Amino acid sequence: MHAHDASPRAVTAAGGSPIQMQSSKTTHTAEVEPASPTEVVAQTPAGSDADVLTRAQAGDHHAFAQLYSLHKRRIYSLCLRMVGNVAEAEDLTQEAFLQLHRKIATFRGDSAFSTWLHRLAINVVLMHLRKKGLSVISLDEAMEPTPEEGPGRSFGAPDLSLTGSIDRLALERAISELPAGYRLIFVLHDIEGYEHNEIAAMLDCSIGNSKSQLHKARLKLRDAMRTFPRREGRR
Amino acid sequence: MQDPKNMTCEEFQAQMAELIGSGEDVSVHPHVLTCTLCRALLNELETIAEAARQLFPVEDPPDTLWEKLESAIKQEGNQTRG
Repeated sequence: MHAHDASPRAVTAAGGSPIQMQSSKTTHTAEVEPASPTEVVAQTPAGSDADVLTRAQAGDHHAFAQLYSLHKRRIYSLCLRMVGNVAEAEDLTQEAFLQLHRKIATFRGDSAFSTWLHRLAINVVLMHLRKKGLSVISLDEAMEPTPEEGPGRSFGAPDLSLTGSIDRLALERAISELPAGYRLIFVLHDIEGYEHNEIAAMLDCSIGNSKSQLHKARLKLRDAMRTFPRREGRR
Repeated sequence: MQDPKNMTCEEFQAQMAELIGSGEDVSVHPHVLTCTLCRALLNELETIAEAARQLFPVEDPPDTLWEKLESAIKQEGNQTRG
């Protein structure tokens, strides 16, 4: 296994920055949230983000609290989707912001700050998952057909109910219940908007591996979406 | 090697992940072009992916997380100075 620095530099994906605050390929539009986690966080007028960042880089604790307030929701949601566990997501969010505090002075503005922080958080999650044993080997192994997960299991006629509207809760639940390797690639590609070459660089696997694992993840979600409503009924 | 034109749905779907991994555009695979079931399956998978893209990050961390973070930052600062 490679040593993975949590710095955004560790995921030097080619092709620029896919996750921009203003021009993201994702549909996330609510990441800038003027919430106040504590009394030290003042409301930030629009347009002063750069000033807050500059002050935080200079060691201003109040400015750092403002940065936390602005980005906590997106980072926590990212962690939650990647690990599917609330307690772990909280710990990883804390670790991501702790890393941010250590490294914020090294941010040079080569990419949007949100992009930089986003990748820093992804690296924190990846390091965590590797410590738990989710290695590239296990990702590769996950691609091998097994009696339970093999492609043959997904064979069957399409379910026309899926061609209409999809139950959001059922989909969120299905994503959270994906095996870790599948969920990781699905979240990075289909929700966060990363390209396969970027995911391959982050996960240290081949582009083909990323593509076929994404396909399998979608198949598993399809199976789950066909099962949940029948088993439990719609809310 | 199987003749792509004479594959059954089961044979095609068993190979789909491998084909996609190799970079092939399965939407123009000879089997898919002649099979409404497998075309519909691919559409379903795209529908799921599209729906996932509509999912917003709606989760807030608990308020106590900032307190924990602040405490960890202070602890690091003390260790650095000490």
